[in-house]
Amino acid sequence: MFRLENVKYKDVLHIETLAFPAHKITCLVGPSGGGKTTLLKLLNKILTPDEGAVFYKENNLETIDSVMHRRDVVLLSQTPFIFPGTIRDNLLKGLRYQGKHREDATLLEALKRVALTQSLDDDADTLSGGEKQRLALARIMVLDAQCILLDEPSSALDDETEMRIVDDVVAYVRAHKKTLIMVTHAKSIAKKVGAHTCTIEAGRLKGCETA
Amino acid sequence: MNDDIVILAPWQVGVAYIFVIIVLTILKHRGIKREKVLLYGTLRMSVQLILVGFILTWIIENPHPLITVFIVLVMVSFAALTVMRKFKETMSKPLARVVTLSLFVGTLPVLLFFFAVVIGIRPIYDPQYVIPITGMIVGNSMTGISLGVHTLLTRFTKGKAEIEEALILGATPKDASKPIVDDAFDAAIMPTLNSMLGMGIIFLPGMMTGQILSGVDPSLAISYQIAIMLGILGGVSLTTYAFLQWGYKTFFNREAQLIA
Repeated sequence: MFRLENVKYKDVLHIETLAFPAHKITCLVGPSGGGKTTLLKLLNKILTPDEGAVFYKENNLETIDSVMHRRDVVLLSQTPFIFPGTIRDNLLKGLRYQGKHREDATLLEALKRVALTQSLDDDADTLSGGEKQRLALARIMVLDAQCILLDEPSSALDDETEMRIVDDVVAYVRAHKKTLIMVTHAKSIAKKVGAHTCTIEAGRLKGCETA
Repeated sequence: MNDDIVILAPWQVGVAYIFVIIVLTILKHRGIKREKVLLYGTLRMSVQLILVGFILTWIIENPHPLITVFIVLVMVSFAALTVMRKFKETMSKPLARVVTLSLFVGTLPVLLFFFAVVIGIRPIYDPQYVIPITGMIVGNSMTGISLGVHTLLTRFTKGKAEIEEALILGATPKDASKPIVDDAFDAAIMPTLNSMLGMGIIFLPGMMTGQILSGVDPSLAISYQIAIMLGILGGVSLTTYAFLQWGYKTFFNREAQLIA
């Protein structure tokens, strides 16, 4: 699905070759500050490499419209921004940008998947840090994109909730034949769900393992 | 009515400087170190106005289309320079270009419509009308665009996370900037709307009072004031709208990414 060739971004990342298979789950592991977040941002095209090329479905990202690409390849950042308004407003935000609509039933299903029991009309600002992260996860799940990039989606959650949410997301990705690339701090999660695990350290690829 | 005008003799104007002496006394008494600024301001205001008086008298007595057009262009250019100077630390070069372009695009059609259709002056370049009305419309448009620039710069600096999140969710730069652009437009036209609300009750506008003082019938002065306020509203809105429609784009690159 993605292929990187001699990609350099400032002093943060330098990857000679790396490929992410389609319809599979890939986990990115490694110490903090190693360049994993930058890598996801390059895949989502919110950043552009200084050198080298990123290919998506064998097309150089330079030739693909950035906005259309981001609708195909959605990213959940580590500290997502929650927009002012209700939970419904937040869930509909990305859909509206993309000219799509979903009924309340679909929105509630997405909330359930991330273990949120609040009403759609509740003020999103009243949610805790972990709940906001889960709302942001639900917000990108309703977009039904082909490829999902998650940057430590469960960093603000306790172990039990973390495992449950990751299990649910993985089940969704497998059932709908999506591609998932996930940065995670927990090697146990990577081991459990990762068909493919790559280690990034100090901006370099240390190696990949296939389960 | 014109027969009733009180002609101000130079000594009468001189007597008005007594107010400067009063302020000077207060400043000295309170130990507030503003005497120099007050004296410099008074001198500068007096010299500038006397000079403008001479120039305007000459221009009005010798109307010429090229001179009128030249003065209008100088006024708009100075307005653009004033805004650029105010934000020279924070404003990018592309945004400065947008400010200049918007002031021309926003004010010139409004002025043309105002002179040709609203008051229908003949000849259209009559400096007696063109110069003061241009001053009012351009001056207010400059204030409006300054408020628009301030809001745009502040929100794009403080609200990076919000814009980036919108982009990540598949928004176009236009959609991602919409809340900022709307707020900036609101901030820009608010002073004009406020002055429309308070006009005639809280304060009497300068142009209207000036006309009444010079012997114009109050109902005619009011007609002029209403027309000029609507012209100002048009100038401020069009200038700010043009600025915001082009201005937000300068914060993004061609890959629809926020420029750091």
